[in-house]
Amino acid sequence: MRHLKILEYALSSLLRRKYRNISLIAVYALTIGILASVLFLTYSLKLEATRILIDAPDIIIQRLSAGRHDLIPSEYAGTIRDIPGVGSAEPRYWGYYYDSLSHSNYTLIGIDTNLPGLSLLEGRMPSDAGECAIGAGVGQARIVGPGDTLTLLNSRDTGVEFHITGTFRSESNILTNDLVVMTKKDLLHFFDLPADRSTDIAVTVHNPDEIATIAGKIKKAYPDTRPITKSEIIRTYDAVFNWRSGMMLTVFSSALIAFCILAWDKATGISAEEKHEIGILKAIGWDTADILELKFWEGIVISLTSFLLGLLAAFIHVFFLNATILSPVIKGWSVLFPSFRLTPYIDIYQIFVLAFLTIIPYVASTIIPSWKTAITDPENVMRS
Amino acid sequence: MESLIWTENVTKIYNPRKPDEIRALEDASLNIERGEVVVLKGPSGSGKTTLLSLIGCMGRPTSGRIVVDGKDVAKLPERFLTLIRRRTFGFIFQQFNLIRNVSVLENVLLPLYPVEISFADMRGRGEKILEDLGISDKMQMKVNKLSGGEQQRVAIARALINGPEIIIADEPTAHLDRKLSTDLLRILEDLNITGKTIVIATHDPFVYDHPFIKRIVEMRDGRIQDIKLT
Repeated sequence: MRHLKILEYALSSLLRRKYRNISLIAVYALTIGILASVLFLTYSLKLEATRILIDAPDIIIQRLSAGRHDLIPSEYAGTIRDIPGVGSAEPRYWGYYYDSLSHSNYTLIGIDTNLPGLSLLEGRMPSDAGECAIGAGVGQARIVGPGDTLTLLNSRDTGVEFHITGTFRSESNILTNDLVVMTKKDLLHFFDLPADRSTDIAVTVHNPDEIATIAGKIKKAYPDTRPITKSEIIRTYDAVFNWRSGMMLTVFSSALIAFCILAWDKATGISAEEKHEIGILKAIGWDTADILELKFWEGIVISLTSFLLGLLAAFIHVFFLNATILSPVIKGWSVLFPSFRLTPYIDIYQIFVLAFLTIIPYVASTIIPSWKTAITDPENVMRS
Repeated sequence: MESLIWTENVTKIYNPRKPDEIRALEDASLNIERGEVVVLKGPSGSGKTTLLSLIGCMGRPTSGRIVVDGKDVAKLPERFLTLIRRRTFGFIFQQFNLIRNVSVLENVLLPLYPVEISFADMRGRGEKILEDLGISDKMQMKVNKLSGGEQQRVAIARALINGPEIIIADEPTAHLDRKLSTDLLRILEDLNITGKTIVIATHDPFVYDHPFIKRIVEMRDGRIQDIKLT
């Protein structure tokens, strides 16, 4: 009962200084919101990337020509398949397409069979010439869907019409959003590629421990190739997103510093009015512990409200507004993709760390100066 | 009568052994009996507020003994002093010391927040006291909207809410006109009739010349000069 009453008084005390506290909550929530946005966005992008890589081949073989990615002879796949330990080696036919109408990059893929990890939301996969299936982002960018026609400019700058047979569904939106899938023959013709060349070769390996060894053997067999292992790709994603989020946190460190100054200001002193109030409470029979409890509740209410508001704002910003403020920096070149909605993933550990680093210092900075005042004799209030 | 407050050679020095040392009270010995009304009289700086705050367990003497209701409070830990302040004393301050922008009722109930008593009981007690003091119609108003006399009544209600045995009043008429001072003294007289012990620090003749004052302790330069029965 006593604790409830002190909590009630703490709420009433906060309401009394509502304008000051509202501005405090706004600054506090903004700081939390920025930090949480960076964490949410980075974590979700990394998780999206990891999901994509679940179905990715163990090794991707690219051909290098003067250090530049070049088309690879499809016959390499046959030789690679014969290396012991290799499960499969399949040439892949794909290329990026810049759509000047929607200012977006699409990924065009030519297939003979279904791609792993992809399923259709609606319609069917393309099976004949002049057919394609598209990702949701492409459909939104061009305002088309199954049954409509998608016109793209080929390598001879001629418009080619594709009949849309279906749209993709995938757990990972980022995976399918920018896809335009067509038959292999259509793709080769569209990009004017030689029939005996492919973009790269996807290799699967029976024993994951042997991936590096097999990559070495491929490199030895074809010195003009560059085998890229799945773990290298994962490391690259991690490094890129960690670097970008680190950069963002550095940029927003000014907000953090401002917040720290605010917290320090609170920690190093309380207003004369607050001191006087503590003196009155002590004089009329409040114990030091009662005053600390009052200040604890005040600190908790302010910091928890700000923390939850900041988290909510970050969640809406990242997952509903597509991280409008941060995405140009964190996503980098991928902003050229058709816009996609990130799947909300939240790392509870990160939330706890954020809470620990913001709520606890604030509550401490509220309690410590009050404690200094509360342990002095209340007789000063008699003289004020 | 039985002794309720007893001080022996009480000295209070602020900032001892420093250039700004102040000897606020020296060798003050005083005995206040249960149910008595005592005035500490003297000019500013005479030490009456210091003695009042030491009697009220708001501070500790530099030396000497203070016994309140049989307990030597001079060396008690802070938490025991808090309990004594909460249970034994009701304070009426010179500046009222109400919390601004808080309602009358909430101000009156402040001493009861850290006490194990239900919201309903707490509220009931507050409403009863405000009714007794004739300001129940203002209980939802913010205290800073009240007149000086009304604020003084709120301060008295707050001092009485815990049912204290001793009322400590420091210059209670300093900010009141003659009519309001008369009202205040009438309230204090009524409280004395119900058995409360009252200790008042004042330099207002209207207070120390009042018929219900039983004893006057004259103070000057931090020392008790004279104790007179009226």
